[in-house]
Amino acid sequence: MIRLDQVTKIYPDGTEAVNEVSLEVGEGELCVLLGPSGCGKTTTMKVINRIIPITKGKIYIDGTDTTKIDEDELRRNIGYAIQEIGLFPHMTVGQNIQVVPALKGWPKDKRSERAEELLELVGMNSAEFMNKYPSELSGGQRQRVGVARALGADPPILLMDEPFGAIDPITRVRLQDEFLKIEQEIKKTIIFVTHDIYEAIKMGDKIALMNEGRLVQYDTPSNLLFKPKNEFVEQFVGADRALKGLQLIRVKELMTGTPPLAKADERVVTVQARMEREGVDCLAVVDNEGKFLGWVDRVNVGKGETVRDIINRSVATATANAVLSEALSLMLSSGFKTLAIVDGINKLEGVLSFDAIQLALSEVAQRRGSE
Amino acid sequence: MVEAWQWVTKHPDKLAGWTLEHIWIVSVAIAIAVVLGVALGIYISRPGKEHIADSVLYLAEIMMTVPSLALFGLLMLILGTIGLKVIGFLPAVIALVIYGQLPILRNTYIAIREVDPAMIEAGKGMGMSERQLLFKVKLPLAVPIIMAGLRNAIVLLIGITAIAAIIGAGGLGVPIFRGLRNARMDLIIIGGVSVSILALVVDGLMGRVERWVTPRGLKRR
Ligand SMILES: Nc1ncnc2c1ncn2[C@@H]1O[C@H](COP(=O)(O)OP(=O)(O)O)[C@@H](O)[C@H]1O
Ligand SMILES: [Mg+2]
Repeated sequence: MIRLDQVTKIYPDGTEAVNEVSLEVGEGELCVLLGPSGCGKTTTMKVINRIIPITKGKIYIDGTDTTKIDEDELRRNIGYAIQEIGLFPHMTVGQNIQVVPALKGWPKDKRSERAEELLELVGMNSAEFMNKYPSELSGGQRQRVGVARALGADPPILLMDEPFGAIDPITRVRLQDEFLKIEQEIKKTIIFVTHDIYEAIKMGDKIALMNEGRLVQYDTPSNLLFKPKNEFVEQFVGADRALKGLQLIRVKELMTGTPPLAKADERVVTVQARMEREGVDCLAVVDNEGKFLGWVDRVNVGKGETVRDIINRSVATATANAVLSEALSLMLSSGFKTLAIVDGINKLEGVLSFDAIQLALSEVAQRRGSE
Repeated sequence: MVEAWQWVTKHPDKLAGWTLEHIWIVSVAIAIAVVLGVALGIYISRPGKEHIADSVLYLAEIMMTVPSLALFGLLMLILGTIGLKVIGFLPAVIALVIYGQLPILRNTYIAIREVDPAMIEAGKGMGMSERQLLFKVKLPLAVPIIMAGLRNAIVLLIGITAIAAIIGAGGLGVPIFRGLRNARMDLIIIGGVSVSILALVVDGLMGRVERWVTPRGLKRR
């Protein structure tokens, strides 16, 4: 979707802000650009919509070299939320959100309909706020409108520079949570800049950790925490990365997406053989639509003919977006070492085992031991 | 003082005539000055025009310090050599336009240059062309400062127009100069007081206009 190929940016004053960065962001992925202040995150983001021209290298969007696309056209198709929010004070909230749709020549009723929809999406009452001016909003509300404006013309790509930067920590966490929900609904390719490791782990599908203009490690949040590539990464993510991992890493990163399964009407002996073959102590039981029913456990195999007779239905489930600490506490309270991960309609998406969590954490411990 | 008042009650038509003439001259000059000043201000505020902007603003500052009498004299000289009428309405308006556009030009330039860079970046980042950026973002944000410049200019011109009477432009300067020539204190007072009152009234009116044209979101509550 977005590909940076050996991108270098040297400012006219000689500052090497970005140095041969190559990066690929898949469609629908949220890529966090992370790193200490001045490492080149903002610059890396702004070369994508050509707000900043690059010195060397190439940038492709869907395989097309961005320098071959008309600048304004390119930008109208990339949602843009800047660090300073930058709402136009002379325009109402509604007009601000409609800027790009208006530039694209959408008819008026479609535009205002869209603005209403977006305000609701970011959790603001459209009737109440549509005609307010930015000066009448709180900091958090402005951030929300900033996000809504970036989504204005439903662009496939979103660039966000510390979008939750200038607000108090409590509102910030709330906005992050809300944005994660929104993100699942809108399915955009997102470049998200932050200097906050917590925010990065929480929001990112992938994290690009930068230092002094170079890309140091481009990886999943759990790999960044649990398999840091070098000392800089280790230091940046901090000594408490095991704890951070538990608090922030989402279940989907460590779960097994295609676990061996059992059906309720299967014979216990068949299922038992499958458990031996797979080397597991239990199997998730699903119905014909893939909905999760319960577990069949090796210790119970003598107690019935079919899976239905011995199924354990009274177990907790978690969603793929739950964080590891939630999953862990469910495991501890249910006394079950494997957790079924289901979606909103109870369809099984995967399983997460206690061992997987432990393995990830022990890698941290081992590294620490060898230091 | 008393004589001045008596004179006024006897010849209200004359005073009204001078006043209207005064307003007319100022209006014509201001109308031209606004167009010129704003256009020039926008032009020199464009990126890459910094050196021109510097010279223009420097020139403007110098012009502001030239006494109006000297400017009228200079204009008469120039207009004379190119064969135009050296006295009356035209040279007066030309001089007034030159003066009047300075505060407008300067304020337009400053207002546009000082628009918050975040606004400009947001506009550009959303795909506005330079033109759209100017008309949808920069100018609306610059309105309050440009209006302040306009208000300045009008008050300035009301004063200078009084002096323009010396080259036969008419207006409230007429009784002042007549009074000076004939040692008639009452006429001087009538002219002077009328100019001041006019300036005060127009300044007050402009304050209202300023609030009225300022985009709602920019108003301080
Ligand atoms: N317009 C500019 N001109 C010169 N240097 C710049 C400019 N913008 C940023 N820089 C420098 O480039 C480096 C990277 O900046 P930036 O991308 O803003 O970093 P970050 O967003 O990670 O804090 C810094 O050293 C910064 O001082
Ligand atoms: Mg930055």
